[in-house]
Amino acid sequence: MTPQILARAREAEQDRQSRLRDRILCCTVAGCLSSGAGAVRRSLEQEVERQGLGGAVEIAGTGCMGLCGDGPLIRSSKRDLIYSKVAPGHAPAVIAGAHPAMTADHPFYKGQRRLVLANSGRADPERIRDYIAAGGYEALLQAVTRMTPDEIISVIRRSGLRGRGGAGYPAGLKWELVARQKSPVKYVVCNADEGDPGAFMNRSVLEGDPHRVLEGMVIAGRAVGAQQGFIYARGESPLAIERLQTAIGQARNERLCGERIFDTSFNFRIDLRIGAGAYVCGEETALIASIEGGRGQPRPRPPYPPESGLWGAPTLINNVETFANVPAIVANGAEWFSKIGAPASPGTKIFALAGRVARTGLVEVPVGTSLQTIIEDIGGGVPEGYEFKAAQTGGPAGGCIPASALGVPMDYDSLPAIGTMMGSGGLIVMDSSTCMVDIARFFMEFCMEESCGKCVPCRAGTVQMHSILERITRGEGDPRDIARLMELADLLQNTSACGLGIAAPNPVISTLRYFREEYESHIHARRCPAARCRMHGEAAA
Amino acid sequence: MSVHTLEIDGRMVTALEGETILAAAEDAGIFIPKLCAVEGLSAPGACRLCMVEIAGQNKLRAACLTRAAEGMVVRTETSALREQRKLLVELLLAEGNHVCSVCVVNGYCELQSLAAALDVDHVRFTPRYPARTIDLSHERFGLDHNRCILCTRCVRACDEIEGAHTLDVAGRGRTARIITDLAEPWGHSESCTGCGKCVRTCPTGALFLKNKPAAEMKKDSGFIRQIIAARREKIWI
Ligand SMILES: Cc1cc2nc3c(=O)[nH]c(=O)nc-3n(C[C@H](O)[C@H](O)[C@H](O)COP(=O)(O)O)c2cc1C
Ligand code: SF4
Ligand code: SF4
Repeated sequence: MTPQILARAREAEQDRQSRLRDRILCCTVAGCLSSGAGAVRRSLEQEVERQGLGGAVEIAGTGCMGLCGDGPLIRSSKRDLIYSKVAPGHAPAVIAGAHPAMTADHPFYKGQRRLVLANSGRADPERIRDYIAAGGYEALLQAVTRMTPDEIISVIRRSGLRGRGGAGYPAGLKWELVARQKSPVKYVVCNADEGDPGAFMNRSVLEGDPHRVLEGMVIAGRAVGAQQGFIYARGESPLAIERLQTAIGQARNERLCGERIFDTSFNFRIDLRIGAGAYVCGEETALIASIEGGRGQPRPRPPYPPESGLWGAPTLINNVETFANVPAIVANGAEWFSKIGAPASPGTKIFALAGRVARTGLVEVPVGTSLQTIIEDIGGGVPEGYEFKAAQTGGPAGGCIPASALGVPMDYDSLPAIGTMMGSGGLIVMDSSTCMVDIARFFMEFCMEESCGKCVPCRAGTVQMHSILERITRGEGDPRDIARLMELADLLQNTSACGLGIAAPNPVISTLRYFREEYESHIHARRCPAARCRMHGEAAA
Repeated sequence: MSVHTLEIDGRMVTALEGETILAAAEDAGIFIPKLCAVEGLSAPGACRLCMVEIAGQNKLRAACLTRAAEGMVVRTETSALREQRKLLVELLLAEGNHVCSVCVVNGYCELQSLAAALDVDHVRFTPRYPARTIDLSHERFGLDHNRCILCTRCVRACDEIEGAHTLDVAGRGRTARIITDLAEPWGHSESCTGCGKCVRTCPTGALFLKNKPAAEMKKDSGFIRQIIAARREKIWI
């Protein structure tokens, strides 16, 4: 690949697409596939064939368009319309443009700002030409041929990009730390282990736009001085793995990764490593141990991976979404990015909106958008007849947001202030039928099952916390249980060796903070206010 | 080699460059409770008993993993730390099946003596009574999972000192357990050299010599330090 070939490839593909009468893009990521998108795509292809529209109308795949609850989703690129709940029988109407559709000013899309998901709904994740036609690999070209590593790092630093893996650590600072290390061997690792229950933000990005992540990684490799990258993906997402393999193969063929990128002396190889799906393997040191072939168990930090990571070499670890933000930042500049979202946390964040809202799915909004906007405007609010009770963010490491805090801006600083966190982007809306003690029990069970078992507070403490919560939800709680829970919560936070144990008590602390009366009702009145827990001795409903 | 001076529990202590707070404290006769760290083996930071307060740091630090630094002010015994350690020991006691009266190391057990030192007179947690097994397939050694606290001293002694790596941990969380080779009976192990380093390093009665009656097995992990010193001095060659 040379700059000229890239430009020519882009123009040729743009030209080809513009000459089509229509390009109908079918969602080909897991959510829509499970609601029958594959059959819809086949029927569209047959219909094109039947009507003899072969050269004029093209049927292609694409990434997640967000409204997963209303899938399968199909988009007509010429008409710029999105069709939801499409069935194979709708094919003729879709091709004719006669099917009921949503436009871009639909309330679900209006409040969104799709940067990371920009190509989802527009480009085919299995074709590198589609990515190139959308301006893909331009940023890499710039980074490799026109920028020094220091310049790249400076752009990332000035952009204010913060890690999207949960903690929001400034990406530029981390890149700089790795770049500063004097070592002939360095690594770049993409953390794609996304394991929070119900989370599918990273998976959708990998399935829907894998080249964006690869491009971000190669740019990172150039910036920090690494020649090898690894993507640590979960074995449970076979489609993401397949798409990545396809994309890596294509990028290598075009010399956009691998050897002599853009005909320079810069080499950067990307390999996949498949994990077996342990939540703790998302923790960076456990992930490193797992890539090395060891037991997926956190190692003591310091040393931190930027100093000593994979096989002892300086290692940059970022989340999928972090890397996916990089190409656009390099292409459009730090100032452009820093103006989007909240001043202290610029950019966008993808959330997986689920639970009791009218519209569920994947939404990408400027960081700092209020929870209320996400739930009411984008999500269409809590359906008639139900009442909002709380939203849960941050998964097993997070907490809940009560109705009184609905106005909270969703950013890396405001959420911790009210006892929860951004996490990787899980957002579950709960109504009055949800029992908050039961929610706390659910997440504690998750942490108990996922604890690696190395350190005592987490291994044995989650078991005891879970057993107390279970006892309470059975109606066998003891008046001292709340104090016991708090004591254990303190112990886990103060003494656990990694983030899993440290954060495991968060859902308990948060539900106790806002819904203490629910605990008390279970314990003292032996009554579950949400009528969800079956109390000891109570007859089955 | 440079030397640091720091304050531990109000006493001035010196530490060699790279030395941990735990080691520096022990050299000065200050013993911080611990169950997983053993001098001469790598420190996993697993038991969390040696967490200490360092002035100016808002988080507690594991003394076994934290290097002593010039001017550090460390507190190893506060009422909060003591309460925390009690909870950790109680969690361990509730987690396994620890019946001291019939145990080979009764009276010589590190878990037991730590519990006594911390005045643990009862356990506030629900005992789990896990269904665990005993592996008696080895000719001379036994492994009673009921008494195992997963400190991994045995794993590290076997791997780092003997070089056999017969022992390892399988499973995670509450199902984590010590295994031999690929989770085969110990007696079938082809990698085990029968050296017994694991048995001697084990702080509890989980690993034991088969012919020992209850309360008659003393252990001492200090031999690891001696082996390392002997190797360094090339005493055996
Ligand atoms: C128990 C645990 C699980 C984690 N899981 C993930 C994960 O699935 N994906 C991820 O990117 N980061 C995860 N992290 C955070 C990583 O350790 C690390 O901070 C992150 O990958 C850094 O990337 P970022 O700076 O781009 O956010 C997890 C942390 C903990 C403690
Ligand atoms: S906190 Fe939990 S997951 Fe983390 S090292 Fe300790 S036992 Fe393992
Ligand atoms: S067998 Fe003994 S030394 Fe090995 S992990 Fe268990 S308690 Fe520790």
